[in-house]
Amino acid sequence: MSLVITGARPYGEGEPVDVLVRDGVVAEIGSGLSADETLDADGLVLLPGFVDLHTHLREPGGEESETIATGSAAAALGGFTAVFAMPNTAPVVDTDVVALHVRRRGAEVGLVDVHPVGAVTVGLRGERMAELGTMARSPAQVRMFSDDGRCVHDPLIMRRALEYATALDVVIAQHAEDHRLTGGAQAHEGEVASRLGLAGWPATAEETIVARDCALAREAGARLHVCHVSSAHTIAVLRAAKAAGVRVSAEVTPHHLLLTDARLSGYDPVNKVNPPLRTGADTEAMRAALAEGVLDVVATDHAPHAAQYKDTEWDAARPGMLGLQTALSVVAHTMVEPGLLDWRGVARVLSERPAEIGGLPDQGRPIAVGEPATFALVDPDGVWTVRGAQLASRAANTPFEGMRLPATVVATMWGGRVTAREGKVVG
Amino acid sequence: MAQDRPGAAAARELLSASDVARTIARIAHQIIEKTAGTENVVLVGIPTRGAMLASRLGAAVAEFSGTAFPVGIVDPTLYRDDLRHHPARPLSSTDLPDGGLDDALVVLIDDVLMSGRTVRAALDALADHGRPRAVQLAVLVDRGHRELPIRADYVGKNVPTARDEQVKVLLEEIDGVDAVRLERA
Amino acid sequence: MRHLLSVTDLDAAAATALLDTADRLRQALLGREVRKLPTLRGRTVITMFYENSTRTRVSFEVAGKWMSADTVNVSASGSSVAKGESLRDTALTLSAMGADCVIVRHPASGAAHRLAAWVDKDRETTGTPTVIVNAGDGTHEHPTQALLDAATLRDRLGGIAGKRIGIVGDVLHSRVARSNVFLLATLGAEVVLVAPPTLLPVGVAQWPCRVSPELDAELPALDAVMMLRVQAERMHGAFFPSSREYAIGYGLSEDRAALLPEHAVVLHPGPMVRGMEIAPAVADAPNAAVLQQVRTGVHVRMAVLYHLLAGAPE
Repeated sequence: MSLVITGARPYGEGEPVDVLVRDGVVAEIGSGLSADETLDADGLVLLPGFVDLHTHLREPGGEESETIATGSAAAALGGFTAVFAMPNTAPVVDTDVVALHVRRRGAEVGLVDVHPVGAVTVGLRGERMAELGTMARSPAQVRMFSDDGRCVHDPLIMRRALEYATALDVVIAQHAEDHRLTGGAQAHEGEVASRLGLAGWPATAEETIVARDCALAREAGARLHVCHVSSAHTIAVLRAAKAAGVRVSAEVTPHHLLLTDARLSGYDPVNKVNPPLRTGADTEAMRAALAEGVLDVVATDHAPHAAQYKDTEWDAARPGMLGLQTALSVVAHTMVEPGLLDWRGVARVLSERPAEIGGLPDQGRPIAVGEPATFALVDPDGVWTVRGAQLASRAANTPFEGMRLPATVVATMWGGRVTAREGKVVG
Repeated sequence: MAQDRPGAAAARELLSASDVARTIARIAHQIIEKTAGTENVVLVGIPTRGAMLASRLGAAVAEFSGTAFPVGIVDPTLYRDDLRHHPARPLSSTDLPDGGLDDALVVLIDDVLMSGRTVRAALDALADHGRPRAVQLAVLVDRGHRELPIRADYVGKNVPTARDEQVKVLLEEIDGVDAVRLERA
Repeated sequence: MRHLLSVTDLDAAAATALLDTADRLRQALLGREVRKLPTLRGRTVITMFYENSTRTRVSFEVAGKWMSADTVNVSASGSSVAKGESLRDTALTLSAMGADCVIVRHPASGAAHRLAAWVDKDRETTGTPTVIVNAGDGTHEHPTQALLDAATLRDRLGGIAGKRIGIVGDVLHSRVARSNVFLLATLGAEVVLVAPPTLLPVGVAQWPCRVSPELDAELPALDAVMMLRVQAERMHGAFFPSSREYAIGYGLSEDRAALLPEHAVVLHPGPMVRGMEIAPAVADAPNAAVLQQVRTGVHVRMAVLYHLLAGAPE
């Protein structure tokens, strides 16, 4: 079975070409090609399939908000061909058994390559290292470990985990938040929170942990990944660490590229997230750092929450926002439209660098003959209005509700198989 | 009624400044006559212009008879039956004489009497302050169109009007001039 | 104005109108045999308090009753809330029962805003307009407290514009401080906050007021000083080392009170911790307006209910 994508523009560059796919790989790139099936790209931008290093699929235990099936559908519709599923489920993914369940279920659903992230500490309690080695060597092939939702707070535990990880060639991903500084915190510590009477989450709580962890990673010679950077002050720490040769990578969420705490004035918990939305100066710093490469990737931190967890007073609401289906559009709006990134840059931050950091050899590859046919086909001139109720996720907590955003994913292909086409999941 | 210019109010003067002065004097004399020999008479005006008139009548009565009746103000707004038809109305003062209203003969005073609802509200307000022996009503203008069984004891001028006309009482302390005018809507 | 959620929803004219109405209501009730006005007869006002409070709740209840409204009190413990009913469901249930007004006090900042959003949305289906009054939401605001403080100050000082008002104490955790800063600024007063740096919110520099660390330096120029309650629990959050040190630095002792000009007024939203933020003798002195604040509170709350419920629904 062969398929030809006709009239596509890889990375949005040059004249349209035809891309012939056979047996899951790119067989030929040229013009006037034909195959058993045709996907007419008509001048659209062809990018490598997106890789999300930070997603919450909620299964096992949180299925009222999302399942591996519904989350995979959202991912495929968003142009993703691989997602890293965070371990803060019930039970926590802190053993090879649970990790394998997630991996197998993802394969069963078959819409996106689901990679379970393993916990750094047992039960995410921060007291004892989890069986990183067993998880890494299991058929689940865990490549990234994180206590996301919680910070690995004890510096000794973080040090040991980083050291231990060097033998496994895996990366420790830190949710950087000094809990002692964020007790009871509800919103970014600043002018807006002070007026609204919301307890503050100071930027220093993120920045100090990142600085500490960079030093620990330096000493251990380990790879460190920083989750969801939100503060301009953290960027400075990362830049210095990278210049000093520390093997640190960092991600930023789409919402931290666009949204600020000005949105909090109506106390709608759809805007509640951890780390919190900060100021306009912070979003600007995130964009510049992403363009520069100090922030390596965009990762969604897709965090679905069923209505009963969001339809409450602010303090009682769970933090988190949907992100899989809106990621590309927000990146297009905040980075491509103002000329901070071209489509090659988008490929870098949404596909190539995340695949590299996550250790996926068959994702984020160049669009060339012999490479896996794993793509996202994007209409750069498309426009759509975000409606939470119409998204594939079980939950509807998108902060972009009602917004008209640019760029749509017209089709997604994983290893030669179309997983989403024209807003519908395939197969 | 035909209008020459749309939106133009055709105003007709019913009472001039001197007419107003004479009418107030006449009412004052009538009050003195009708309350002769009565103890504990209190004049109570309904804001805004009724209160003004009460003040003037109090002065006139004192001048003509040598006796000063206490003068007070009662705001009927909180007792109106039509509050829900408009946005919340601003309240005016209520200020009743120290002696209270128990067993007093209250002469309630307003500028224009039409449906009678304002007077009804004022009567209810007075009832919550005390128990007058009797209440009489004095108005500068009675323009008809009663909706309740209420009548005035002292009337400055009876003016038959159409429903959509407006009777405007102007008093110098507030409007810079004394006059009563009839305006088309 | 459909709801009263925050003093920042009131411009100077609207705030002044409320204070004027409160004053007229006070006048209307003077010397009466029957201390009741019929204005809100047939309206149902429900107080929904998720935090313990005697003075505010009773004040609202009396205000409603004096306007002839039917008032019902709901407190969180022992109700469906204790069984896990969400705030939203509780509010919509009360609205469905025909509450014209729900007066809410809740420990979460923004709770009143959320309630207003839910009942407004629900109104599209049920057609019953329910008005929400914020009686204190977390550390955010307590609008009627600020209004009654302003009314008291206006009466004692003859006006508010141009007056210098000091607010002293735990500003960080105080909804009373927030409401007062913004309302007094709207009404043209000059406000200065005095507190240890740990009890001032980050971002206070953007508020319409001055900030000063030295209480003694500020007192001689003030027309009024408002002492805020300080909770002893704050010592556990490392906000200040001890009650003793707090009282020495920021308590209104008799010596300090003597630094105030003769005409100056001392306010306290209550309940007071005598000996901590305010010396007993100072609390009982003639220039302390604490009881007047309480009396005025009923009139101000009557005025709020009048403006929100007496006229045509918005």
